[in-house]
Amino acid sequence: MSEIQLWTTIFIVLSFGVYIYIAWRSRVSETESFYVAKHGVPTVANGAAIAADWMSAASFISMAGLIAFLGSDGSVYLMGWTGGYVLLAMLLAPYLRKWGKYTVPEFVGERYSEGVRTLAAAAAVIISFTYVVGQMNGGGIVFSRFLGIGLTGGVLIAAGVIFLYAVLGGMKGITWTQVAQYTVLIIAYLIPAVAVAQQVTGIPIPQVSFGQILDELNAIGAQMGLEQYTEAFAQQPMLDMFLVTMALMIGTAGLPHVIIRFYTTRTVRGSRHSAFWALLFISLLYTTAPAVGAFTKLNLLEGINGTSVNALPQWIENWARTGLVSVKDGVDTINSVSNDPAAGADLTINNDILVLASPEIAGLPAPIIGLVAAGGMAAALSTAAGLLLVISSSVSHDFYFRRIRKHADDYERLTVGRIAMGLAVIVAIVAGINPPAFVAEVVAFAFGLAACSFFPALILGIFWKRCNAKGAAAGMVAGLALTITYMIYTLEVFGTAEHEGFFGISPEGIGTIGAAVNFIVAIIVSKMTAPPPKHLEEMVENIRYPAATPRMGAAATPDRPEGGES
Amino acid sequence: MTHSRYDEHSPPAGDWRREYWRKNLRLMMILLSVWFIVSFGCGILFVEQLNKIEIAGFPLGFWFAQQGAIYTFLVLILIYAVRMDRLDDEYGVSERDEDGERL
Repeated sequence: MSEIQLWTTIFIVLSFGVYIYIAWRSRVSETESFYVAKHGVPTVANGAAIAADWMSAASFISMAGLIAFLGSDGSVYLMGWTGGYVLLAMLLAPYLRKWGKYTVPEFVGERYSEGVRTLAAAAAVIISFTYVVGQMNGGGIVFSRFLGIGLTGGVLIAAGVIFLYAVLGGMKGITWTQVAQYTVLIIAYLIPAVAVAQQVTGIPIPQVSFGQILDELNAIGAQMGLEQYTEAFAQQPMLDMFLVTMALMIGTAGLPHVIIRFYTTRTVRGSRHSAFWALLFISLLYTTAPAVGAFTKLNLLEGINGTSVNALPQWIENWARTGLVSVKDGVDTINSVSNDPAAGADLTINNDILVLASPEIAGLPAPIIGLVAAGGMAAALSTAAGLLLVISSSVSHDFYFRRIRKHADDYERLTVGRIAMGLAVIVAIVAGINPPAFVAEVVAFAFGLAACSFFPALILGIFWKRCNAKGAAAGMVAGLALTITYMIYTLEVFGTAEHEGFFGISPEGIGTIGAAVNFIVAIIVSKMTAPPPKHLEEMVENIRYPAATPRMGAAATPDRPEGGES
Repeated sequence: MTHSRYDEHSPPAGDWRREYWRKNLRLMMILLSVWFIVSFGCGILFVEQLNKIEIAGFPLGFWFAQQGAIYTFLVLILIYAVRMDRLDDEYGVSERDEDGERL
């Protein structure tokens, strides 16, 4: 066992020990003292939990690597995955909190109808499943590198760990475990970033110091035939960047496992403030990521440019075993590098290894490398567990219990949920081994699906009293149909042929168009059909005001002016 | 201290509700405009023009897209949360327990 493997094992085992210990302790104290449970979770801790729940393998493992190769165009992920919180804080969280239903299908079921609820449950399963695939793949990369095995073996181990963790159960409910996971992942992300920033520029604040290497990066990139790092639209047209950013933003605001977290706050006010704390914690990583991408790329290029194949840095040999880094046969010196195996460059590097490999590339000591691996696992685990719970609750509660067996008891529902979870894991293993794209991109598809289905249904449900069940259902079906068709058309999914998109719109950006179609269809169909019943309109009116209405029954006054339509 | 206002506001129903909602929407629209301008405006639509200006090594459009927009989002949510606390108090709809303490 090498030094790196030793430290990786230590940090992963240690961090897992901490999560399980905290979960066990919080349980004990909850049964021992009702007071603690009643007091709720402080807003700051809830924010950290949301951050851990939401920041997945895509944010931790994949994003900075993708930015390193996309340069300026990688900004879509940075803006897209943070800007959604503005929408969440202003348009959704406070109102859904006031409504008081615990999952998105439940809200939709009550606001619209049982049929829409089933549809929403199906959408929640599709979205969460796509997202889980990204986590499997990300976790698999961690294990395959540090155990020195191929990606398939890595994905199998990661899937096993994630499944065990989710089935251990209840963990998701324990906010403090996620606070610990956030702590592990942010420390693991910041320490190497600060060390590299200090090493390269002498300024230990990565957010500030990566400005100093951009010129150098452009210059060395040009030597190696790469696009200019800071040049906009070098790889993606403006229209597509716009659409992808929007899809990620409104997708964030529509993700079922994120929305559910805002119900753990005690008040409507708490949900607004939680959104602030969540984004604060998230932005610690998100403002560091572009710096990590830039520094890693510079170190990488400087380490290999014009180097003879026999004198390549050690990390390349370490990672070659995973099959994610490869040197072209018959090459003597490295003169070109690419993340695309089809490009035929001298050195091909998968985006997804860059963050994990960044301490190695910069020559940082073994403990830091191990710490980063533990951070990556924390990110994949905290998100995957939450997603598997959404899948299992949608299948067992919203679908099986509501639709198939209304008399199912708790035990039966739990069993159905576990089976759903197990099936999801098995299919996710297959998809995780043969992912249609890089981790961050796979995850971006999940956001596109959330954007085109839930976001419009929720926004209209909250802000437009006239929106009815038929409209919402038609909108969701239209949005999903368009988006899924386009994704399958443009991507190789389980063996379908790959095609060029239209107008340069990538499969990640189509969610925005899907959402627009959803809005339009929902509005037209609602207008053409009967308005929703009076009591629903009153419920929608009521969620606008955080406190219980100042005087009981005021909202039910029939002569209330029909105002406030937005 | 605002607890007493809690009771004053019930009748006449309708008017204060409309006013509260309108103020909420206006605040939202202003903040969302800024949200749109810094991200889609500075980071995408006008990124090339802004990139001609360079500050501390960063082309400005690039900086907005990779740093500035995120900081702005954070400030926007904070402003919204704090202003809404005040608005809730003003209209007596903040969530308080029997003693008038914030929940």
